[in-house]
Amino acid sequence: MSDNTAPVKVSIKNLVKKFNTRNGEIIALNGVSLDIRENEFISVVGPSGCGKSTILNIVSGLLEPTSGGVTCNGEPIVGTGPERGVVFQQYALFPWLTVRKNIEFGLKLQKKSKEEIKTITNKYLKAVDLEDFADAYPKELSGGMKQRVAIARAYAVNPEILLMDEPFGALDAQTRTQLQTELLHTWENEKKTCMFITHDIDEAIILGQRVVIMSARPGRIKEIVEIDIPHPRDQRTKMSKKYLDIKNYIWSQVYEEYLAVRK
Amino acid sequence: MEIKKKKKDIPITSRVPHGIWVLISIALFLIVWKLISMSEAGGVVFASPQEIVMAAAKYIKKGILWGHTSASLYRVLVGFTIGFVAAVPIAFLMGWYKTFRLLVEPWIQFIRNIPPIAYIPLVIVAAGVGERAKITVIFIASFLTMVITIYQGVLNVDEMLIKAGRVLGANDRVMFFRIVVPASTPFIITAVRLGLSSSMTTLVAAEMTGASQGLGTMIQTSSQYFEMDAVLLGIVIIGIIGMILQNLVKLLEKKITGWQEKRIV
Repeated sequence: MSDNTAPVKVSIKNLVKKFNTRNGEIIALNGVSLDIRENEFISVVGPSGCGKSTILNIVSGLLEPTSGGVTCNGEPIVGTGPERGVVFQQYALFPWLTVRKNIEFGLKLQKKSKEEIKTITNKYLKAVDLEDFADAYPKELSGGMKQRVAIARAYAVNPEILLMDEPFGALDAQTRTQLQTELLHTWENEKKTCMFITHDIDEAIILGQRVVIMSARPGRIKEIVEIDIPHPRDQRTKMSKKYLDIKNYIWSQVYEEYLAVRK
Repeated sequence: MEIKKKKKDIPITSRVPHGIWVLISIALFLIVWKLISMSEAGGVVFASPQEIVMAAAKYIKKGILWGHTSASLYRVLVGFTIGFVAAVPIAFLMGWYKTFRLLVEPWIQFIRNIPPIAYIPLVIVAAGVGERAKITVIFIASFLTMVITIYQGVLNVDEMLIKAGRVLGANDRVMFFRIVVPASTPFIITAVRLGLSSSMTTLVAAEMTGASQGLGTMIQTSSQYFEMDAVLLGIVIIGIIGMILQNLVKLLEKKITGWQEKRIV
């Protein structure tokens, strides 16, 4: 359950995004507004092409909206910034750097002292259970391990909000569940404002305090569902009656949009 | 249960060490060469392997083989080095600034397909018949090859890595030196390999500008006297130098770009 009294961290106001393609103009987002509160974990689900990744790209600063805007701590965002960390589906690790150096990359840009960098890096190497692989290169890691490094790298710079764009989308089912659990624990231990994009409803519910359901294109917010399941959660939570009721409900809402796309 | 690999399951290519394969390859080459030199048509132009060895001994005794070889090696290395030093910044400028690329790329594409022999007369008039002319020809050839290769590499830097850098707070300078440059190193190594190769292939043409020493010169003067053993000797030495240089680049590649994901055959 989310804390309604917490201050708003990121405020998304009336975002519109149009793309010009060869087949004419496509409206990806058509007036999306959303407040994300401090330390809240918010999941976004919707049929593919509904613009969920577009929202994330605009909040991260990688993409400019056609109109509307985003504020972080009340200040309008300008471009990218380390206060808005991103975890990509494709890991995007620097292949020429070892695991440790990948995690250090953002810290070095923040002009932290050597000892500080070492302490923080060791902390997150431990958090993602990759201490034994600190000196390995990305090519020596499995997909799940690579994504753990990417999460550690994003967490290490201590962003105000962590934006995750289908981070487990490329992983097999087992690794995926494992990383969900790990992320859940990481978040429960060290609360952080998170925006998590996924097309997996289970993932959205188990991680999120609120789940945003997007409508089919042009993307709008169809509904925001409060996930009234207390933390700590784990994979067994998925068996509870309450969980299944919420899942059924969200599923039917997303399915409606899926049918709209088919039409 | 422990599964033991049967000897038969390991392919012969990995059972026999690499060095042995090199020796077998060289032996096969010598046999084919010998056969050609024994044939009626081939015998006219192809001296046999022993004759080459004897020619080499003769030239070494006269004390001129090293002179020819070092003169050529010097030209190749100096021309290539200047080419490399010029190619790296220009290629990065082309890859990074679109205006610069749009202006410069057509020139490079235009000159690139002209064989060096065609512009040698121009170079001789401009740079004289001295060392400068030869180095200039080799420089042009290696520079063009390398600039194209490196700039393609800069263009191909994974967009995701640029995005990752930006969201971690990298400014333009950091982006360039800490992301674009390391991401392009595999292409730089390839450029070095291709650049050395084109330096070697241009060598004989470069030495046609007139030289008293050099392997290309040795080949040309010997052919005028129909000394085919000396012609072949020159060719063999150029080939060997090329192989040595390529192997040095391979060592460098292992050291610098070992992080790359590669298919193992």
